Amino acid sequence: MLLNIEKLKIEARGEEGWTPILHGVDLQVAKGEVVGLIGESGAGKSTLGLAALGFAQGGLRFAGGRVIFDGTDLLQLPERQRRAFRGRRVAYVAQSAAASFNPAWRLLDQFCEGPAIHHTAGRAESEAFARQLYAAMHLPDPENFGLRFPHQVSGGQLQRAMVAMAMACKPDLIVFDEPTTALDVTTQIGVLAAIRQAVETTGTAAIYITHDLAVVAQMADRIKVMRHGREVEDAPTRRMIEAPAQDYTRSLWAVREFRRPPRALPQASAPTISIRGVTAGYSALDVLSEVSFDIPRGATVAVVGESGSGKSTTARAITGLLPPRAGHVALNGTPLPPRLAQRTLEQKRAVQMIYQMADTALNPRQTIRQILSRPLQFYLGLTGRARETRLNELMEQIELEPARFLDRLPGELSGGQKQRIGIARALAADPEFIICDEVTSALDQLVAEGILRLLSKVQDETGVSYMFITHDIATVRAIADEVVVMKGGRVMDKGLRSEVLDPPRHAYTRELLASVPQMDPDWLTRRIAEGAA
Amino acid sequence: MSAAEARRRPILRMIAGRLGIGVFTLFVISVLIFLAVSLLPGDIAQQVLGQSATPETVAAFRRELGLDQPLAWRYLDWVGGVLSGDFGRSLANGRPVADLLAARLGNTMFLAAYAAVIAVPLAVGLGLLAALWRGSWFDRIANVATLSAISFPEFFIAYILMFWLSVRMGWFPSIADPGASPRLAEMLGRAFLPAITLVLVVTAHMMRMTRAAVVNVLGAPYVTMARLKGVSRWRVVTRHALPNALAPIVNVVALNVAWLITGVVIVEVVFVYPGLGQLMVDSVTNRDIPVVQACALIFAAVYILLNLLADVLAIATNPRLLHPR
Repeated sequence: MLLNIEKLKIEARGEEGWTPILHGVDLQVAKGEVVGLIGESGAGKSTLGLAALGFAQGGLRFAGGRVIFDGTDLLQLPERQRRAFRGRRVAYVAQSAAASFNPAWRLLDQFCEGPAIHHTAGRAESEAFARQLYAAMHLPDPENFGLRFPHQVSGGQLQRAMVAMAMACKPDLIVFDEPTTALDVTTQIGVLAAIRQAVETTGTAAIYITHDLAVVAQMADRIKVMRHGREVEDAPTRRMIEAPAQDYTRSLWAVREFRRPPRALPQASAPTISIRGVTAGYSALDVLSEVSFDIPRGATVAVVGESGSGKSTTARAITGLLPPRAGHVALNGTPLPPRLAQRTLEQKRAVQMIYQMADTALNPRQTIRQILSRPLQFYLGLTGRARETRLNELMEQIELEPARFLDRLPGELSGGQKQRIGIARALAADPEFIICDEVTSALDQLVAEGILRLLSKVQDETGVSYMFITHDIATVRAIADEVVVMKGGRVMDKGLRSEVLDPPRHAYTRELLASVPQMDPDWLTRRIAEGAA
Repeated sequence: MSAAEARRRPILRMIAGRLGIGVFTLFVISVLIFLAVSLLPGDIAQQVLGQSATPETVAAFRRELGLDQPLAWRYLDWVGGVLSGDFGRSLANGRPVADLLAARLGNTMFLAAYAAVIAVPLAVGLGLLAALWRGSWFDRIANVATLSAISFPEFFIAYILMFWLSVRMGWFPSIADPGASPRLAEMLGRAFLPAITLVLVVTAHMMRMTRAAVVNVLGAPYVTMARLKGVSRWRVVTRHALPNALAPIVNVVALNVAWLITGVVIVEVVFVYPGLGQLMVDSVTNRDIPVVQACALIFAAVYILLNLLADVLAIATNPRLLHPR
């Protein structure tokens, strides 16, 4: 056994002393084996993964158990000797390569640092190895790729460069901590293929951490499901997919099956929002070219595409943050002034927004009451008792108990609860149209599903229209009435969901759908064989 | 620099922009200095010649100084002279101001460089160690010690040092005049006490900024990543964190070095050190206007130049600007 973690306990420093977050977890990894770790956030996956390097993040401490790597208990070693294992025998690939590469260093220098401090290879030798790996990972211009700085490289390329860096010292075990979560599907498939290939050719063992079941099904020989710092279930991949033993595991599987029931859209003379020939961009560059589509009253229009396709820029043009160079946006048939500053209070009220990161979109020093009162007062002039009544209604609407939550700070709420507050803040203005910008992509699947159900319910109750920006096809299938597919700032296809997606009408839509990982463990193998990655 | 080139190298454009702003600021300051000095109460010619002078002599002297000319004309005359290296003549002794300044400026620069060469590495080093061992005894002691040093008035520190190291021990002279000796070692010995006084005053600020900037970066994911690659903590601080924390550090260092050149009047007076600050104080007392103006302009130029340098260095440490896509 290469790695044998036994009854590992890890505690976190809290206000009332140390509280356990891993309650005696076991994990075995054999030489050359890939073990998948899945579970929602807070399950302790990353903490367990980092423990394989004998590392506990700030504010955490090892409180019991053993981490035996190749016969040595890492927890018994002083820090200096643990360092000899890190990078050399056990390497780590982080979720966000953009944040995990040092912005001040060239990629090649970061690659060569490991071999240099562990004395596994000379500079020339490790440079040659880097070029070899860059080529194997299909990075552009592998000879000179390493001379670039992190900001000069795209997200998918950077993630592959990080996989290459992890292999610099030819480690026995690599911990992949959500390596593709931040990527869109078309980029993700390339990175998955690169990881698969790296693991297969070198025979290194791996721990693959993710919350995406379909992804882990492609990568792992064995899957361990975790929840609240405990193991739920551990089984070989195929058996786990076909016959999960635990209810919790089955509930994870079920999430992907949420479908909004079909319904009739209300009749209206003009669409709520109508975008006509909008061209917009920053400095000299056009990010959007002649984008046109409508958002009918009471409908949910999903805008899909990879990052850089212009989804969020479209949102900025609609809200008036980025005035278009050509074309216009109309609300209920009346053109809106291009700049936010020129719009009337009523026009601003009608268009609201919900953000991807509820964490950063809510002021951490204001209570929920203050956060929600502001739009009530600003747009509707509600004060005193009337405002209090409306606050309670809003909280009921987002299914959070007013008495319990109104006087809390955002920091005291979970991710899903924060996103609900984000929804309530948008609803407080009594809008006709809400832009939902990747509102579920930072959330776990179970929580995300709750948010989707809530948004559907709110739409049924209020008749508000949504523009739903996402790169997740499952979300589109769950909630959208109409779909707009974007790429490179242009609309590739648009229409009813069934027309656009089932079967995919446009070639790019086909590519997008084919890149979405399937639960079938052979999916990636097939896609690689088809030459997709 | 062509427009296309500027687009490719945003850093060149930014540096050019900063230089332009610097020159403009210097122009504004020269106007302010000139106006401030002109608005001083009393007639300069009268003051210089004394109460006994006849109105004719005063008028003649005013003509000689150009005081009968309009304000704008006098300003242009002065600036034109400065641009061609002519700062005018001292009213007190008739010598060219440039000559007076040259010797004093050299002394001031020597003292500032002396103090900076000790203080900057010391402060940055202490700051890095404090960041490495943050929360430890070293961190606390370094903080308390440097804060105490900055909390005492500088003349107090100066007199304490003078009392112990000069009067009691007799190691260093208490009157620091470096000009007399041509040998560097002797110059360093003579200027030691004022230099150390200045070091004690400027270290705390730079050290605390270094510590804060580095600690701020130590929370970044790439620092965790470096540790997971097996990098030692000292190397993490110096090689991974410091390059990303340079911008605020460089700015504070520049401000402190500028202060070492322009703000050391008190220390110069205590040690009777013949620097620019003392010259300026003397000239103000003597109403030696050309010298006051020249000193003020040099001080302003030093501030602007050092801050410009800090800005450029801060930009140059940002790889996004240095190596655009």
